[in-house]
Amino acid sequence: MKTNATSDAAGTLSTRGLLADSSAQGAGSSNLLDLMQRWLPKLVLAPTVVMTLLFIYGYVIWTGVLSLTKSRFLPNYNFVGFAQYEKLLDNDRWSVASLNIVIFGGLFILICLFIGVVMAILLDQKIRAEGSIRTVFLYPMALSFIVTGTAWKWILNPGLGLEKLLHDFGYESFQFDWLVNPDMAIYTLVIAAVWQSSGFVMALFLAGLRGVDGSIVKAAQLDGASMPMIYRRIILPHLRPVFFSAFIILSHIAIKSFDLVMALTGGGPGYATDLPATFMYVTTFSRGQIGLGSASAMMMLGVVLAILIPYLYSELRGKNNA
Amino acid sequence: MALYAVLLLAVLFYLLPLVVMLLTSLKSMADIRAGNLISWPEEFLLDAWVKAWSSACTGVSCEGVGAFFWNSFQITIPAVLISTFLGALNGYVLTKWKFRGSDIFFGLMLFGCFIPFQVVILPMAQTLGWLGLANTTTGLVFVHIVYGMAFTTLFFRNFYVSVPSELVSAAKIDGAGFFTIFWRIILPLSTPIFVVCIIWQFTQVWNDFLFGVVFSGGDTQPITVALNNLVNSSTGVKEYNVDMAAAMIAALPTLVVYVLAGKYFVRGLTAGAVKG
Amino acid sequence: MSLKSAKKAVLATALSGLVSIAAQAGNVEVLHYWTSGGEAKSAAVLKQLLEAEGHQWKDFAVAGGGGESAMTVLKSRAVSGNPPSAAQIKGLDIQEWAELGFLTPLDAVADKAGWDNLLPTVVSNVMKYDGHYVAVPVNVHRVNWLWANPEVFKKSGAEVPTTWEEFFTAADKIKAAGFIPLAHGGQAWQDATLFEAVALGMGGADFYRKAFVEHDQSVLTSAKMTEILATFKRLNQYIDADAAGRDWNIATSMVINGKAAMQVMGDWAKGEFTAAGKQPGKDYLCVAAPDTQNGFTFNIDSFAMFDLKDADDKQAQADLARLIMEPEFQETFNLNKGSIPARLGMPRDKFDSCAHKSMDDFVATAKSGGLVPSMAHGMSTTSAVQGAIYDVVTNYFNSDSLTPEQATEKLARAVKAAI
Repeated sequence: MKTNATSDAAGTLSTRGLLADSSAQGAGSSNLLDLMQRWLPKLVLAPTVVMTLLFIYGYVIWTGVLSLTKSRFLPNYNFVGFAQYEKLLDNDRWSVASLNIVIFGGLFILICLFIGVVMAILLDQKIRAEGSIRTVFLYPMALSFIVTGTAWKWILNPGLGLEKLLHDFGYESFQFDWLVNPDMAIYTLVIAAVWQSSGFVMALFLAGLRGVDGSIVKAAQLDGASMPMIYRRIILPHLRPVFFSAFIILSHIAIKSFDLVMALTGGGPGYATDLPATFMYVTTFSRGQIGLGSASAMMMLGVVLAILIPYLYSELRGKNNA
Repeated sequence: MALYAVLLLAVLFYLLPLVVMLLTSLKSMADIRAGNLISWPEEFLLDAWVKAWSSACTGVSCEGVGAFFWNSFQITIPAVLISTFLGALNGYVLTKWKFRGSDIFFGLMLFGCFIPFQVVILPMAQTLGWLGLANTTTGLVFVHIVYGMAFTTLFFRNFYVSVPSELVSAAKIDGAGFFTIFWRIILPLSTPIFVVCIIWQFTQVWNDFLFGVVFSGGDTQPITVALNNLVNSSTGVKEYNVDMAAAMIAALPTLVVYVLAGKYFVRGLTAGAVKG
Repeated sequence: MSLKSAKKAVLATALSGLVSIAAQAGNVEVLHYWTSGGEAKSAAVLKQLLEAEGHQWKDFAVAGGGGESAMTVLKSRAVSGNPPSAAQIKGLDIQEWAELGFLTPLDAVADKAGWDNLLPTVVSNVMKYDGHYVAVPVNVHRVNWLWANPEVFKKSGAEVPTTWEEFFTAADKIKAAGFIPLAHGGQAWQDATLFEAVALGMGGADFYRKAFVEHDQSVLTSAKMTEILATFKRLNQYIDADAAGRDWNIATSMVINGKAAMQVMGDWAKGEFTAAGKQPGKDYLCVAAPDTQNGFTFNIDSFAMFDLKDADDKQAQADLARLIMEPEFQETFNLNKGSIPARLGMPRDKFDSCAHKSMDDFVATAKSGGLVPSMAHGMSTTSAVQGAIYDVVTNYFNSDSLTPEQATEKLARAVKAAI
């Protein structure tokens, strides 16, 4: 609440500045005020800058340094060059985890975008009970997998969940054993993750649709364009920025997926559903291989950078054109 | 009609886990063993809820998750308010008072959203130790603010981009200062984005497990940690109904927020949060 | 405090012990992952004993994943300079923590109570760093048990196996009779527990030690290892399809209620049988895992004591260490948990026949050389090597494409990389 106090003080200060200006005072004091006004925005941003540099970039650098050391149980500073990275690339489990994030991340993002768009369009058709349906789609975002993990494990478990349910209903031949099948378990993660996040994407697109200028649509209709055509040619291109936002948010969720794996599969069967985030956690904390864990973290961050830089580039370039 | 059929199917899919949790939490253990996932309870019982709240074991003490529920509020409320407010100020600076390097800084911050939290645990523990905040609620709130700020700033920045800059420059010509403009012009426009941001932050902080378990003190643990302890206590008969009731209790505040404020959430997003 | 100043500290603790005959109130914060019913009950006993001495117990329970989350918490608290008084740490991790200078020597308490005479050397070696006690043992688990439901065996017309060969004969009969032969949970540590039982049975104690303690490459790459891995993989056919991710106690309950015939699991499984009101020898049988009658894989739970500043808290910590080793706690705790007391010379009358067998075998194998540390439970090697073995074992056990030869090679390579 310190911030409030300072801003109040500064607020009165600038009001005084207002009065000073209107009564056309001497140039000296107004210069001082100008100077303050010029520095104030930077001053306000300063805590965030410091925190970002320290707690994000400082720690990233620290992690980078550790990835070059022999750190095991706790951090130490015996440098070994890139040995940890070599070890990492030679590690079978890491290759599985890397492949998994591509499968999981790719499917998760695509399916969420698809469901999000479709549901948003359906909801935008002046549906009855839109509010309640929207709430139903949105609520999974409110729950963490710490909370819903047990329920999901039940639903997906062949002996307890959906498979048993359908057997009880008489569909004896129904089979759904993805959770316990090493080749398919990764897809159960996709299902649960889509369940959690697609509603949020839907909300983003719905918001985007509501923002589309109705008169353009009307004009197109007058020209005899069909609704699907209007969506494809006019509305969806309009939603480009929404796609970008959704993509960023979804990839951020995919890369950080951790609770999901821990709650649903624990990385199993075997380590078939391991992801980089769980790999990094397990090596760093349970296995006392901080060097190796740090190396995997740096690899993850590198990939993030590779995804993010093109986005930022197009984003900033777009701004300059505008 | 096909439209409604598709929507109905989707609604069922989204509701399934919640229905399973709710039904199970209201059943007796015998009932759970006899039935299946979504079989209707023989008799609706609140016993599991009472037990989860006040007498289930979360370690050596068996006092339910009730106390932890309030701990979570003590952590969540200051963390959400401070990070949201700072996010608003940052967004305001980054759009209306741009300076050389401010765009680059924003890019740097955006990257900060992506840092896996597992990476920061050890260095943050060290830092909190130096600050004398290790394993205190204050320390935990601080951590949530630091790592929540990238997102709150992103939200406000994207919202303020669409606020016409003419409003600000006109006020500047009238001699209004930095905070006057923020207070009188920007804040009154910001209600929708405040709603979005608060909902988002509230959900993030309330549901956090990793920071909570590592940085809280023993008797100030948030409810997610207690829930994890409760669900993992497994010797003898596993009381699924109590597990589910405890999970529902832990989920209640965020659920209420989404159900009550969901409308404003979409409205807030519409108001510009999703642009660019 | 490092161990260099150990002597001084010993003196100080001893002095303060003399001075404060009337106990001063201190806090002990105990970080543990005993949240399951029987365990929590046992920890509660300790809490009462401690409070009876006028101290305060601050509970810091972090459940899940065999203590993975608890270790994360412990590391960050140690790094932040705010460690708990005592933490549940075991095996070689104790040495790691002590080497980094985080643990406090307990010699004053140990000397007074004569721990050296009370504890078998196998146990005290784990608890000592550089000749000083830094941790207190609470129990000894035997890991290589086979739990069997005699009813299922009778119905299937099978005999409880004593060798792996007999196991497969019996398992075929049980499967034919419509039961699940082997109850198992598909989690890495459970796969490893099963694997280490096969390795000890087929390879013998020397082979086991060379492979999992000394990490001898010639043993790890031997034909014997390939044979062991092949046998291990055969077990997969006798496990039901839904085993992936299942908790061990759910698997145990399958044996209890007659859905499955056997489970290979440490004696903590007995807690489940006891909780279900079952009698050993009648409702269930405890026998050594096939071919391991002369072997004993041990797993010791213990509390390591961290270096503290506050004098009252130190006193409370010393009292905690003393209480853990006293017969009262050792008995109650182990009756609840299914293990046997870590200290010798305890009255045995309250323990059941399985525990008696465990106690006898412990002493006998210590003499014969069949007593080996459990790899799957962090007793034989560092967590890094253990993790590397886990990865190979669990991946191989769940994969359809890997041959035993490939697995042997992967195992040897992974161990080498992790050392």
